[in-house]
Amino acid sequence: MSKMNLTRRGVIKTGAIAGAGLAMPTYLSAQTQSGYTNAPNGDTVTLGFNVPQSGPYADEGADELRAFELAVEHLNGEGDGGMLSTFSSKVLDGTGILGKKVAYVSGDTQTKSDAARASAKSMIEKDGAIMISGGSSSGVAVAVQGLCQEAGVVFMAGLTHSNDTTGKDKKANGFRHFFNAYMSAAALAPVLKQLYGSDRAAYHLTADYTWGWTQQESIQAATEALGWTTVNNVLTPLAATDFSAYITPVLNSGADVLVLNHYGGNMVNSLTNAVQFGLRDKQVNGKNFEIIVPLYSELMAKGAGANIKGIVGSQNWDWKVESQMGARYTGTNAFVQSFGNKYGFPPSQAAQTCYAQTLLYADAAARAGTFNPCAIGEALAGFEFDGLGNGPTLYRADDHQCFKDVLVVKGAENPEDEFHLVEIVEVTPTEQVTYAPDHPMFAGGALGACNPGA
Amino acid sequence: MFAIEKKDTTLLLIVAVLTMCAPFILNPFPTDSAMAQFNAGYPDLMQRFVIFGIFAIGFNILFGLTGYLSFGHAAFLGVGSYSAVWMFKLLSMNVIPAIILSVIVAGVFALIIGFVSLRRSGIYFSILTLAFAQMSFALAYSVLTPITNGETGLQLSLNDPRILGTSVSADGGIPVTSLFGLEMRSTYEMHVGPWLFQFNAGYYLCALLMLLAFYISIRIFRSPFGLMLRAVKSNQQRMSYTGLNARPYTLAAFVISGMYAGLAGGLLAAMDPLAGAERMQWTASGEVVLMTILGGAGTLIGPVLGAGFIKYFENIFSKINDNVLHSWFSFLPDGLEDLMVTLVHPFVGKGWSLTLGLMFMAVVIFLPGGLVQGGQKIGKLFRRKKAAGHRSSTATKPAE
Repeated sequence: MSKMNLTRRGVIKTGAIAGAGLAMPTYLSAQTQSGYTNAPNGDTVTLGFNVPQSGPYADEGADELRAFELAVEHLNGEGDGGMLSTFSSKVLDGTGILGKKVAYVSGDTQTKSDAARASAKSMIEKDGAIMISGGSSSGVAVAVQGLCQEAGVVFMAGLTHSNDTTGKDKKANGFRHFFNAYMSAAALAPVLKQLYGSDRAAYHLTADYTWGWTQQESIQAATEALGWTTVNNVLTPLAATDFSAYITPVLNSGADVLVLNHYGGNMVNSLTNAVQFGLRDKQVNGKNFEIIVPLYSELMAKGAGANIKGIVGSQNWDWKVESQMGARYTGTNAFVQSFGNKYGFPPSQAAQTCYAQTLLYADAAARAGTFNPCAIGEALAGFEFDGLGNGPTLYRADDHQCFKDVLVVKGAENPEDEFHLVEIVEVTPTEQVTYAPDHPMFAGGALGACNPGA
Repeated sequence: MFAIEKKDTTLLLIVAVLTMCAPFILNPFPTDSAMAQFNAGYPDLMQRFVIFGIFAIGFNILFGLTGYLSFGHAAFLGVGSYSAVWMFKLLSMNVIPAIILSVIVAGVFALIIGFVSLRRSGIYFSILTLAFAQMSFALAYSVLTPITNGETGLQLSLNDPRILGTSVSADGGIPVTSLFGLEMRSTYEMHVGPWLFQFNAGYYLCALLMLLAFYISIRIFRSPFGLMLRAVKSNQQRMSYTGLNARPYTLAAFVISGMYAGLAGGLLAAMDPLAGAERMQWTASGEVVLMTILGGAGTLIGPVLGAGFIKYFENIFSKINDNVLHSWFSFLPDGLEDLMVTLVHPFVGKGWSLTLGLMFMAVVIFLPGGLVQGGQKIGKLFRRKKAAGHRSSTATKPAE
């Protein structure tokens, strides 16, 4: 079969190509000019907003993107300035960041780790993004945070509630403003005791990934400390849409509380299934059967409709918090107003955390005087601020987690309109939800050293 | 040359030149021009082009030659990724052991699945492979969580043992994947006027392996073994009447294509050390079928083209948001601008799969031989002008 037709031209051609191919790797080396990845050298700075535009968290993703767009507008001095006027740090003046106009690129995480990393990579490698933010699933947030650490850019986590994001999987380049599962449990426990007593048997349905696991663990620990027992914990796939098969066994398990460790579309479906099976009208052990949804949002309440009435959960922030709980939560009304003016409805907690993260990043860069991720990390670590809607807040240096008040909320019995589906039961003060950095639920990881890349 | 015919040598050389010059070819627009949106010459996407090219070349050995349509090839890709990441966790960050192990594990896995699935042909074979792949996905997703880390995906951490390497790099981070010290992520940037070209070490490793894979695939296509596989496709009954047992041939083809998929999976992990269960989902298996058919099943170059086409859409079109659209149509009067944006909006951004679907339909309806057939038609158009009625038997025939 073999044919060897050697021509002079052919040999030279092949030799040149093979030589070029073999020599190529020796020319390759990381280039250092500015000391860090994607140093902006024009008159703009590019941020990357990586949100789920498809999959079970698409609603949250859409709201996050709206908040990012609004934050960029405000940073560039367009619009009414939103929370810039209430923010305790005053270095941002509406001229972009460090005199550079803020531009942004957006991408779809598809709520999949792989796709999210591909999208984030293209933002870093192609568009020159200096910071990545977003994400509505802790699995994705953990994956993208790892990528940003390797690439040497800052990751400002959006909606991610798993303990692991700033626990086992924490990274020096990653920062989280949102609260976490431990804080939810700590805030919920006293309210649960008051509402349902200290002698209850709980049955958990848990989304099968990092967020579900840590939330279930946190809630179980907090409720067992009250004297509750845990009957069973069943893991459900994130992609599941019908939970009837998981609800049926609950009926005969002897449990009198169902804890749904689900979020977004998952929670809407599982709650609807549970109500359809008549769980809420049931009497078990002489007590009313109750359902708890530890992590809550207006968007989910909207999806679940009437089924959400009276169901207790926790939130990072609510758009009504300043008008109902007082001026401690200043910034909320300013943000709600500018968001409402632009989009015609109040923002969700996902939107608020993403907006706050963008402002916090910009402020840290302005205070540090550079976009170098290590300098920004130093500016954020241990930073105390106020006026972003959550009251006085601390960005703890040990794990890059924000500590602030947590809201305990309930589905409204008679909502006046579709924006008042959730009512605030009480606000749990920061001290009650604070934990030691080496708490067992957060142990096992290390921040490592900050990586400026290049 | 290379013990293959002249025509194939030319094809191999063309592919070699294209892959080696990809950083130039894929970045035709200056960095700060409006058209830079369509540049695809950045390391991550170039790596994906060649890695999925390998995946599709391997799939084509099975589907293009024997006609057995496997709907579960993503399982091998996923298994390859998991084995590679485990190698990075346990052994060292060198990519060689990881890639070797991923190929071996995927091969063994393919042998087991192939042994069972190949007892049936046609639609039953497809369903069996699909079932196996979905089973592997479910296992990786929830049952085997200690090995796969479930939905979160398997990742490296600072306290992995890495017995032949270091757990923590000198500057306190997780060490990066490398080839004997040459970091996979290291990139040489070349500024030529307004253009920026990026030459990435990882990409060139993938590209060389793809050329090797392509060469092996040419050898298989032109070998007596390849002829046997074609015989299976054209008439398996007749083949068995002549006293030949088809199963060893199909099983060999299945295992080879499984190993190609394992190589692709291992390379994915070597470029970015993370393995997620969604790599094994049926949508991922369907994607490689689309790549092969879009490019031209049974042709040598087709699957590579198809892979590039789909990955380009997924990564470039999905990033065009309304902001970008507004800047494109800003020269139009306001009302007209909004109208154009509204019209184009469903086809870009998150609607990229809709555009891809329409393209796929158009290709299947008008060019059943895939993009390769399209290229041949165009080529013929020009050739006819030069020398009418020139022989056309050299054209690569798409599989029946």
